[in-house]
Amino acid sequence: MKRSATLGMVLLAVSILVFFFLNLLLGSVSIPAGKVWSILWGGEDNAIWQNIVLKSRLPQALTALVAGAGLSIAGLQMQTVFRNPLAGPTELGVRSGARLGVAFVVLLSGRIGGIALSRIGAMGEVAMTLAAILGALAIMALIVYVAQRVRGNVTLLIIGVMIGYVANAIIGVLKFFSPEEDVRAYVVWGLGSFARVSGGQVTTFVCIMAVLLPLSFLLVKTLNLLLLGDGYARNLGLNIRRARMQVILCSGVLVAVVTAYCGPISFLGLAVPHLCRAIFRTSDHRILLPASLLAGASLALLCNLIARMPGFEGALPVNSVTALIGAPVVAWVLFKKRKEDTAE
Amino acid sequence: MTRTETISLKGLSTGYRSKHKTTVVARDLTGAICSGELTCLIGANGSGKSTLLRTLSAFLSPLGGEISLLGRPLRDYSDRELSKVIGVVLTERVSLQNMTVEELVGMGRSPYTGFWGRLSKEDHAQVDAAITMVGIDNLRGRMIQTLSDGERQKVMIAKALAQETPIIFLDEPTAFLDYPSKVEILHLLHRLSREAGKTIFLSTHDLELALQIADRLWLMDRERGIRIGVPDELVRDGSLDRFFDHTELARRIRIKFEMLEK
Repeated sequence: MKRSATLGMVLLAVSILVFFFLNLLLGSVSIPAGKVWSILWGGEDNAIWQNIVLKSRLPQALTALVAGAGLSIAGLQMQTVFRNPLAGPTELGVRSGARLGVAFVVLLSGRIGGIALSRIGAMGEVAMTLAAILGALAIMALIVYVAQRVRGNVTLLIIGVMIGYVANAIIGVLKFFSPEEDVRAYVVWGLGSFARVSGGQVTTFVCIMAVLLPLSFLLVKTLNLLLLGDGYARNLGLNIRRARMQVILCSGVLVAVVTAYCGPISFLGLAVPHLCRAIFRTSDHRILLPASLLAGASLALLCNLIARMPGFEGALPVNSVTALIGAPVVAWVLFKKRKEDTAE
Repeated sequence: MTRTETISLKGLSTGYRSKHKTTVVARDLTGAICSGELTCLIGANGSGKSTLLRTLSAFLSPLGGEISLLGRPLRDYSDRELSKVIGVVLTERVSLQNMTVEELVGMGRSPYTGFWGRLSKEDHAQVDAAITMVGIDNLRGRMIQTLSDGERQKVMIAKALAQETPIIFLDEPTAFLDYPSKVEILHLLHRLSREAGKTIFLSTHDLELALQIADRLWLMDRERGIRIGVPDELVRDGSLDRFFDHTELARRIRIKFEMLEK
């Protein structure tokens, strides 16, 4: 790895540490930095502060960290495998699958069970998570099946988008026949948030991601070969069909799990890979993959921080922040880089 | 460099097979391609040049007949093994951003690198050798997107060299190039076939250049199949005339060729 790339990685890692600590430090209740530090090491006995830091801020920061990393890696993989800079986790309908799963559970439970899911609390949360994972995986199975049969990447991408439309149509129908409070529960889920994941679930979420993220690194060489196009990649000994499947599967599972826990988080998956390509000026996945992981985690923490800024009081949906803050940043980086390129 | 037969075709039929129908593009092709030689495949559009190249590089399976590489049937090779026997330069343009020439040539080492694709000292040496052989040392650090078509073509040839395969197939490597670049690329390939003892087989539409530079020509035609020979002999025995319905063109070429001889 080049020295500048190493430096970039280190800077990203430092930014993660800084943003992570700021996430623990800042919020509607002000707690001195020293106290936050000692709470982390179990040395503080102000029970209220302890609760705020350990039960609310820490889970939220951890969720943002792994979710940002996961979505960014998934986005990078999809952009490479579809050779389409606009591909992101939203495409392929994986996220629509998660939406559909949640819609079924939230909107139909009232009709069938007689009680609205929005009333039953924690059980409902788990049910929603499971529904989202199942829905996403079901759609992904469909996509993988199609991928085996279809040759062109564009065709596959279009089919993914079509599946998304169908899922949205079904959701629309479900919404129409559901009681208002269930629709509202679904809409709230649809806003996406790093705050919804509660204490016990965070451990599960982080553990799952701790397995999945390193697994995605196993595809580095495959991704690099895919950059050359099918013909050259194949001539260099890559089994294209299997490679495509592996990459879709990996990024699909990442998106499914993150969406299940956080709801649909937009923008990060699309933007972070572009940001990394611009910053590191490479298309080598040995650099891009770790860079996307770090930058994604860092950006998610920053967005979560802004969503919680004084005045917003946690009321700002994180999706608005990712787009509002992220879009100009990415546009600026890409624009600046274009200028540099033409100046050369 | 001694010439030995590295590729041999026996009664080969090429074409596409789908669930419902089989489209035969060319049938009953028989011939051999030798190492240490530049062999050019010539034919009109739609005569099956690309299909033949795709079949020889195992992208397409043959509809019938035999292909053997280095004395072993093509179908017995695994993808892995094949990547160390055949290197290709394709017509598809690689649309890469932010990858340097050196990195792209390095991708040619993929069949030899390990899990992460990291290049060893030996791999780097091979990449350097390939770059020097093609004469693109000055481009080494340039990004692919900044290269001209001719430069790109040389980079892809260097990639194929870094792949260290005894056989290199090129699908119309001179298309899209200006005349001096065409000449340069063909001379380069001719030199590589001699110096490195590679078996180089390429398709081209540049008949006049191929007649002058190639060691051996394959004339391909949908009706008449293939006719193989050294350029000189093909011109003299009238194969070229018969081959092209545009006899005027063939006549001009023959005249030109005779002038060159004197």
